[in-house]
Amino acid sequence: MPAKLARPSAETLAAGTRQGLTPAELARIVEILGREPGELELGLFALNWSEHCSYKSSKHFLRKLPSESPRVLQGPGENAGVIQLDDELAVAFKVESHNHPSAVEPFNGAATGIGGIIRDILGMGARPIALLDSLRFGEPNVGAHRNTPVLDLLRGVVAGIAHYGNCVGVPTVGGELYFDDAYADDPLVNVLCVGLLHQRGERGLQPYGAVASGVGNVILLVGASTGRDGIHGATFASEELVGEKEAKRPNVQVGDPFKAKLLIEATLEACNVGARRAVPLRGQAQDLPLLIGLQDLGAGGLSTALPEMAARGGVGIELQLEKIPLRTRPMTPYEILLSESQERMVLCVPTGSELRFSRIFHKWGLEAAVIGRVIAEKSFIIRQEQHLLAQVPIEGLAGGPPPPDCALAAPDVVGAGLVPALASPAPASPQPAWEKPADWQARLLALLAAPGIGSRRPIYQQYDHTVQINTVVGPGAGDAAVLRIKDTPYGLVLTIDGNGRYGALDPYQGGAIAVCEAARNLVAVGAEPLGITDGLNFADPNDPEVYWAFAQAIQGLADAAQALEIPFVSGNVSFYNQSVRRKIPPTPIVGMVGLLRDINKRVPMGFQAPGDLIYRIGRARGGIGGSEFLKLFYGRGEAFVPNASPLLDKVELAFESRLLQAMRALAQQGLIRSAHDISEGGLLVTLAESALAGGRGAELDLDGRSEAELFGEWQSRFIVSVAPEAADSVARLLGERELPWACLGRVVPEPLLSLIGAHDHHHTSLHLDELRQAHEQALEGFFA
Amino acid sequence: MRAAVIVLPGSNCDHDAFYVLSQVLGVPTDLLWHEDVGAHGHTPLLQYDLIILPGGFSYGDYLRAGAIARFSPAILALSDYLARGCGLVLGICNGFQILTEAGLLPGALARNITRQFICQTVRLRVENADTPLTSALQTGEEIELPIAHDQGRYVVAPNGLAELKRNRQVLLTYAGENPNGSEEAIAGICDPKRRVFGLMPHPERNTELLLGNGDGLRLLRGLKQT
Repeated sequence: MPAKLARPSAETLAAGTRQGLTPAELARIVEILGREPGELELGLFALNWSEHCSYKSSKHFLRKLPSESPRVLQGPGENAGVIQLDDELAVAFKVESHNHPSAVEPFNGAATGIGGIIRDILGMGARPIALLDSLRFGEPNVGAHRNTPVLDLLRGVVAGIAHYGNCVGVPTVGGELYFDDAYADDPLVNVLCVGLLHQRGERGLQPYGAVASGVGNVILLVGASTGRDGIHGATFASEELVGEKEAKRPNVQVGDPFKAKLLIEATLEACNVGARRAVPLRGQAQDLPLLIGLQDLGAGGLSTALPEMAARGGVGIELQLEKIPLRTRPMTPYEILLSESQERMVLCVPTGSELRFSRIFHKWGLEAAVIGRVIAEKSFIIRQEQHLLAQVPIEGLAGGPPPPDCALAAPDVVGAGLVPALASPAPASPQPAWEKPADWQARLLALLAAPGIGSRRPIYQQYDHTVQINTVVGPGAGDAAVLRIKDTPYGLVLTIDGNGRYGALDPYQGGAIAVCEAARNLVAVGAEPLGITDGLNFADPNDPEVYWAFAQAIQGLADAAQALEIPFVSGNVSFYNQSVRRKIPPTPIVGMVGLLRDINKRVPMGFQAPGDLIYRIGRARGGIGGSEFLKLFYGRGEAFVPNASPLLDKVELAFESRLLQAMRALAQQGLIRSAHDISEGGLLVTLAESALAGGRGAELDLDGRSEAELFGEWQSRFIVSVAPEAADSVARLLGERELPWACLGRVVPEPLLSLIGAHDHHHTSLHLDELRQAHEQALEGFFA
Repeated sequence: MRAAVIVLPGSNCDHDAFYVLSQVLGVPTDLLWHEDVGAHGHTPLLQYDLIILPGGFSYGDYLRAGAIARFSPAILALSDYLARGCGLVLGICNGFQILTEAGLLPGALARNITRQFICQTVRLRVENADTPLTSALQTGEEIELPIAHDQGRYVVAPNGLAELKRNRQVLLTYAGENPNGSEEAIAGICDPKRRVFGLMPHPERNTELLLGNGDGLRLLRGLKQT
């Protein structure tokens, strides 16, 4: 290589910088090519090496996440992870974020987020069977105004999810939602999709993947035609949103869920056909139509999808741009290649079978065009007619950029810098009397009515959650969603969880608790956790404190997953969630999939029968730091409680593991009538939720307990109800496992939640109707 | 008895209806691609005793729900099917919308009064148990079925409404809350000859005790018995 080419020219530097490439990356590009890159080539690198596509700042840390178990059929790195359920069934699942697009254009941003994650699942050859979403917004501050910017965002996002999810016929069965001003400029929209894979002919349970192989084989572009929408979506996702959000609107794609539905059916038909060898043709056995691989077109469009497929197959791809069906003309090669037009997939099929596969898509009214071929030279070659437009080594593109040198630095005060308000000194309000609650009824009602805790019905009733007739426990009805799997005794149990406030106070704990909390959700239902998919939402990784928090959170996730023996199989990283005014707190979100071997053994959340004993199982003491209670009654500054307790109680992973095993044993042996994990809002909120879910009251010996005990959110606790005749067996099982527990009271026939005085037997109570009213009003008027 | 579930582009309850008919009700059932039926298709509808138009968003509900689907070969073939045979047609949700667009049932389904998609289980009152669809139920009883729609507000001209009532074509009404603002809380109707049925609620989503109280099965059983 001539020496003068070792450094990029001034023109390349200027053009590359405009596309978000660093000088170090541009130098590496010149080194890879052995020459200056053309405009199209520069665009290819910019997309493939963007944070969004290359995980350049996160890759190194993500390797720490344990990803192995005998059930893992596909671990991280594919379009989705896949876990085997038995010899004939597997589930594919993944979380994807669509934060930036949703901030700019909430309806289409959220809608195309659903479209993207559905295609990821489809890319594994799985039928999408469920969606869950995890949303973060600024404080709604609903007062006289029903049209705050936060509500506009929330309405747009929810309408977008409903629009797309309902139309494609994939039920939205669960989710979570938090409000915090740290998310005011950067709302988070993370979506989890779960798909079911059945054994297919000769393929067996082997999932499909994003792979191209076999020199001469055909690259088929299917689905929608290619338009000028969403160009540079991936690079836009890899930078801070600055200036006018309106200016970024053209970066957001517009989804067509109808076309997506057609694409799902056609692609699954192609997967099924492609799993069988062809019928004999003219007496000769044909070995043709085994579908080789498929890939969804998401961020970066063809420019990232094709190199990825080629890299995985150890081949090259030659693309003929003029073969691509266009929606609008003229389009430049750059626009065609980088277009993020939705509802498109690429298939790699054996040469000679292209017609057979094309016909499937044509039947469904979709495009199918042969746009290229697999070649032996490991390059991505792009031609238009006879003209060579780009020729880039696959490994250079798919191998990612040189690692950026992001620095790590722990902040002086944990939590400070991540959440500015936390850095300020404790407010002048009087030191709260943690010892004895002033008025537990008023506080409980206020917590139940808090937007962070109350009923999400106004949202989930806009989502079709019963289509596909599998939803046994839907949104709002339990700690986790339960789907039956037809023709099996199984229940698939799904949850998504993560608490940014914990992440702000202690990013390590934020990560660890997210895993534990998701596992608790599954175990409360009686399920065995099988696998994790993570959504990691952070601010700018070039900020050393953010990067430190990221590393801490990953370590927390990894340690917890190791302790609980649950593998990570897929995930998503979203950086740059910050504005000039604020950064989001470290927000690791965990999606988890579990299995109930016998769906009839699922444990409900609500109290079942009067006379049943109510137990708290798990840790017996803790603090009040980081709680919804502190946020609601003392303002966010006092999430940091001076001299009262550590910022956040630490989760003890060995204890958690023992606790979860005991809970599963209790469920398997049928010893508990109900179970609900204690999370946001603390003990009393959990008790109230179990009372409401079962429509049964409870008498509880809790009078005079401290507020920390009633409202603290310390970890590793469940509320269960136990039939009196099972009490001895439960005590024995918990005793053998050395787990603390306490009997708090019993379920009563009257619709009252009562606290009884320890000495004077004086009752103070709340009617279930009052509790329900408070719970239901939390989001009242948000969608009016 | 033999049933067919018509698959239109955008149908998304086709597999659900197929599963319930074949597995829960035990009726031999075919999934029929809409273009394989009718003038140019090779599958005659007349071999079926029951045609189901399933829920979903046929043709994306673009223009209006059902407005494009009514031109599908399978839907165009329904008039002939009804004229020449004695089979029944049941449209559920989007299927109901298509039947009104095709003029096979009176009235229309407009956007919910809440202007939002609504998915919830509702209580329904049986208004007329004297039809094949409702024959396993009692007039006046209440049943529970899920709804999931954006355009489910039944509207009909005053004289049309009078006629519906005169002919006792109203099968189900929402009991208690009228979730979508339907005229007279109407949730399901039939044609004067009791051969074409349209329901906004989804009986196929409540036929197994794992998923609900099974009221949907009690309803659909009526079709099997006739």
